[in-house]
Amino acid sequence: MPTFVYMTRCDGCGQCVDICPSDIMHIDPVVRRAYNIEPNMCWECYSCVKACPHNAIDVRGYADFAPLGHSVRVQRDEEKGVIAWRIIFRNGEKDMNLLAPITTKPWGKHIPQLADVPSPSQDMRDSELLFNEPKYIRFDDGGLHTLEKAGLQLKVGVYE
Amino acid sequence: MAYKTVVEDGIDVLVCGAGLGGTGAAFEARYWGKDKKIVVAEKANIDRSGAVAQGLYAINCYMGTRFGENNPEDHVRYARIDLMGMVREDLLFDMARHVDSTVHQFEEWGLPLMRNPKTGAYQREGRWQIMIHGESYKPIVAEAAKKSADQVFNRVCITHLLMDEAKENRVAGAVGFNVRTGNYHVFKSKTVVVAAGGASNIFKPRSVGEGAGRVWYAPWSSGSAYGLMIGAGAKMTQMENRIVLARFKDGYGPVGAYFLHLKTYTQNGMGEEYESKWFPALEKMVGKRYLDVEASHLSHRPIPTCLRNHAFINEVNAGRGPIHMVTMEAFQDPHLEEIGWHNFLGMTVGQAVLWAATDVDPKYENPELTTSEPYVMGSHATGCGAWCSGPEDISPPDYFWGYNRMTTVEGLFGAGDAVGGTPHAFSSGSFTEGRLAAKAACKYIDDGKGEGIRVSDEQINRRKEEIYKPMEHYKVYRNEITAGSVNPHYINPRQGLDRLQKLMDEYCGGVTVSYMTNEKLLNIGLKKLKLLEEDLEKIAAENIHELLRAWELKHRHLTSEAVMHHTLFRKETRWPGYYYRGDVMKVDDENWHVLTVSRRDPETGEYTMEKAPLYHLIDDKPEAKAA
Ligand SMILES: Cc1cc2nc3c(=O)[nH]c(=O)nc-3n(C[C@H](O)[C@H](O)[C@H](O)COP(=O)(O)OP(=O)(O)OC[C@H]3O[C@@H](n4cnc5c(N)ncnc54)[C@H](O)[C@@H]3O)c2cc1C
Ligand code: SF4
Ligand code: SF4
Repeated sequence: MPTFVYMTRCDGCGQCVDICPSDIMHIDPVVRRAYNIEPNMCWECYSCVKACPHNAIDVRGYADFAPLGHSVRVQRDEEKGVIAWRIIFRNGEKDMNLLAPITTKPWGKHIPQLADVPSPSQDMRDSELLFNEPKYIRFDDGGLHTLEKAGLQLKVGVYE
Repeated sequence: MAYKTVVEDGIDVLVCGAGLGGTGAAFEARYWGKDKKIVVAEKANIDRSGAVAQGLYAINCYMGTRFGENNPEDHVRYARIDLMGMVREDLLFDMARHVDSTVHQFEEWGLPLMRNPKTGAYQREGRWQIMIHGESYKPIVAEAAKKSADQVFNRVCITHLLMDEAKENRVAGAVGFNVRTGNYHVFKSKTVVVAAGGASNIFKPRSVGEGAGRVWYAPWSSGSAYGLMIGAGAKMTQMENRIVLARFKDGYGPVGAYFLHLKTYTQNGMGEEYESKWFPALEKMVGKRYLDVEASHLSHRPIPTCLRNHAFINEVNAGRGPIHMVTMEAFQDPHLEEIGWHNFLGMTVGQAVLWAATDVDPKYENPELTTSEPYVMGSHATGCGAWCSGPEDISPPDYFWGYNRMTTVEGLFGAGDAVGGTPHAFSSGSFTEGRLAAKAACKYIDDGKGEGIRVSDEQINRRKEEIYKPMEHYKVYRNEITAGSVNPHYINPRQGLDRLQKLMDEYCGGVTVSYMTNEKLLNIGLKKLKLLEEDLEKIAAENIHELLRAWELKHRHLTSEAVMHHTLFRKETRWPGYYYRGDVMKVDDENWHVLTVSRRDPETGEYTMEKAPLYHLIDDKPEAKAA
């Protein structure tokens, strides 16, 4: 379709509508359930599939080249920090389960609030450095990489 | 129209588009501008918007200076040879010297980076690529941006930049509409960072019908970054440098990890290696400088991506397709097989869907490859985008006008696909460019350059009328016909997009003409683009969603026109494999070892083209000989 919604599972919560980067998951005004209004602008990105709390959304491969009868399902678990995929081939001969981490740290705590870190000094402002540099470039020692440090010249054309 | 006007005033940094470039800008802006008002406008939902919506399986730009792996100058040399010389080395070097700090930050934020168990360094996929579990890459960087911004406006599509009426050629914010409420949004801002992504779907895709959204770059990459900047009269560069990608057929699954990490290789329909046999003739076309057949197998010097495409395209045209990726050997190793599948699931699920649907198991069958339709972008292996100032400590005077990543319009900055001449930035480099642009934007404000901005109600109202015109047009004419979509007074956005794609494909070197064009074709194409422009004035939108598509189309149209003008201007075939000028089938270093720069006059729509000097700041290190 490429995405489609199972009528009996959808409760019209709108989470897929909220997330679709292509703005194509919409709630049907009559049945009050979601559907894909523009399949030919769908990327099969699975953002809506992952977002649906009721597993109501599925994908059927693009009609111009994908035969019927396959399935690629996904479960994304933020609390456990993992994503699980199940791929079933059309002929049923391959049935794969794959698992991957989505984050190494709990959400919401490890990104600094830059409003709370000390203001940059004038030296820092005048330099070419960015937040947390040079520390974050090397994590150990050494400053920002310059052409001079690499023994190269500035502002000349030498490529021949 | 009964839509409300919502005005956000007194903004210091407005970020238009919050993909990788935009999130980087919003995050960093808070550090340099503690007390500044930072606002983000994004046409989708920041948590899953942009080219990285599905996730990624690799960060394609990481130096690893800390592990003694590469230095920024090495990356410049690499990108330069890949683009056959045509890059802004100052901007590339600047991005490369900061990109490691961005990646280290990502790891600290929780993005799972794989490590090499033996060395402790990040697991390399290739010299510049490190492997990640990147399904949640976008939500992670989105969190960083949300923490820094005063406000994030989701589902606001920016259509135009506002221009200052107190000082010529200075930006004053942006306007757009909310795709949910329909409200008109006005953002008055001292600076604007445009990070609205590259352009897919301006050339006819190989997919048809229901599958037309299966393109390599996301279908929502509507060329808005270019459309907004071109519309405001910013100078653009290298717009002729569109990219064609070799990918798995139909699904467009990535091949990087396959080639680099899984060590797969390609062969023609007869099971033969074909690439090298096209190179001797190609060497004559591009010159030894870019392809040295004898030397290249001895050295590590990479062969430019476009030239490998050239071999692929010619082999297929010679009737020896299909080209296969030999996966059957690598996939016997269960670990590598798992990586092969994860690679798709992390960034191009459609490819996994396709193989499941067609029972193609790469363990027992070598899958087909194809070359894609062309794309216009500035952050992957191509460098279209705005002509921007470089950093103070590196850039020659021709490349420097005060503020890093500032376009030729004052106060208007770019990042990611928006910036020209900076290929091979990818996701990490785009985020880094956003950070650099944000620092420079804050400096611009602190220097008092954004003072006294004036935006009249007249400008605001004129834009409002313009934005909703497609809906008015629909209302006026829809009842003249019984039903259906055929109307003598208008076309709808899909019809307009089909016309644009066909036109670009046939006249500007798309798939159906084997990427071939010439001066005559381009001139006809330009004429037809003008006619399409007239029809775009009469485009009809049935609802707000169609209004979004109408404005995406208008941005795509502006992008296409720039591509056409640039392709016409550069009278040589600089990148065989991306496009061919059939009337000048050679690289011409004597006349065209330059960057191309265009400007569209916002009042008249006229284009002026010029050549800009190409400075090579980094010397050519002799390549290490293979052991
Ligand atoms: C299939 C695929 C595989 C890739 N693989 C890799 C990889 O392995 N490693 C890697 O490092 N990079 C990879 N890339 C490249 C990487 O994704 C891009 O380089 C990067 O995302 C570019 O960043 P950007 O900010 O310029 O654009 P984007 O991230 O696309 O962001 C643009 C943003 O602007 C918004 N927008 C657009 N128009 C408007 C408008 N009018 N108003 C408001 N908002 C708007 C969009 O919704 C989007 O959020 C890949 C890309 C694709 C498509
Ligand atoms: S798969 Fe992606 S593009 Fe398609 S409907 Fe879902 S969220 Fe939208
Ligand atoms: S997220 Fe699921 S349940 Fe909610 S509207 Fe969408 S399909 Fe229905």
